Amino acid sequence: MKKRIGALVAAAAMSASFAVLAQQPAKKPAAKAQAKAAQKAPDATTADFEKFRDVLEEDNPAELFEAKGEELWKAKRGPNNVSLAESCDMGRGVGVLKGAYVQLPRYFADVDAVMDAERRIAHCMVKYQGFKAEDLAKKPFSSGNYTPELVSLTTYVAGHSRKMKIAIPQKHPKEKETYQIGKEIFAYRAGPWDFSCSTCHGEDGKRIRTQNLPNLSTPEGAIRAFQGWPGYRMTGGVMHTLQWRMNDCFRQQRFPEPNYVSPSITALLSYMGVNANGQVYKGPGIKR
Amino acid sequence: MADPMKIRAQMKGDSAEIRVLMSHPMETGQRKDNAGNVVPAHFIQSITVDVGGKRVIQGQTGPAISRNPVFGFKVKGAKAGDKVVINWVDNKGDKRTDEATIS
Repeated sequence: MKKRIGALVAAAAMSASFAVLAQQPAKKPAAKAQAKAAQKAPDATTADFEKFRDVLEEDNPAELFEAKGEELWKAKRGPNNVSLAESCDMGRGVGVLKGAYVQLPRYFADVDAVMDAERRIAHCMVKYQGFKAEDLAKKPFSSGNYTPELVSLTTYVAGHSRKMKIAIPQKHPKEKETYQIGKEIFAYRAGPWDFSCSTCHGEDGKRIRTQNLPNLSTPEGAIRAFQGWPGYRMTGGVMHTLQWRMNDCFRQQRFPEPNYVSPSITALLSYMGVNANGQVYKGPGIKR
Repeated sequence: MADPMKIRAQMKGDSAEIRVLMSHPMETGQRKDNAGNVVPAHFIQSITVDVGGKRVIQGQTGPAISRNPVFGFKVKGAKAGDKVVINWVDNKGDKRTDEATIS
């Protein structure tokens, strides 16, 4: 990872000084320290990682993808030459984005189904702009210098929910049902390794190498996972969304990978999102 | 056409703190794609920064800089309302100029 050498050096220097301070309570972000204390006393490594993330968040290339997403959202495109801004309802009215991302997945009466953000955007692109669903699903995830339009669009939509409380509705029977399905998929053990999502994400204090794995069945864990997506991954310098994250979890479990914007992913996102309800979403994030 | 930069310029005490985020692949020319072909080098070669009509930075950059790079610097003697003009040129001759005002 030659990328972002400046930031790495800064973080390395900081970890040296921070290790000495580790015995004292973290001095800068008091609120954050409290929130963490509620979980468990953070060890020095965790504290260092938090510090590292704070430094990185100051200049997040996710903003560049938001800018691209804005262009795509407002432009008249597709065979029907329609813009998403004038046609797409993300749950708060046509073209209204403020606070939409923190209330998704939700029930949409026009399709009689629960949809997450990315699935809804894909739906709008197919229904109003006339794109083909197969084309959107052909290469749906970022790699190298390639960023799918849907990734930029999702980042743009998510950017409108910065610092807002997560409030995913659970009123409609289908919303409740979707949550329950998500809960079941989360616990469903299968595949050559007999894994389920909860094998890694159903207990506190688990990790893969240095990567802490949030326990998604608790509010503290669910917010850690909801937070930071869509996220800019420094490894490779690409922007990723929750669709990619979920897909990659299936791949790592050696499950068959779900279809792009599959209802099963909506169910999982609903389970995770509802568990995170009431907490503040910081906006598109940055990842190691 | 290259994508726009994000420029943040703020007075902090007696100097201006300027941060700029550029959208660029910054290919080193040493990587290979899945087919084994070398990905051609493509990186920003020169950067200039003008504050209030005065050139304050003229820099040369190379392939060791990250994709979508961030640059931050402090400029003494600048004042709120000064115009910041940042320009880059890459090795393929592509270029981009963006402006911001110090707040």
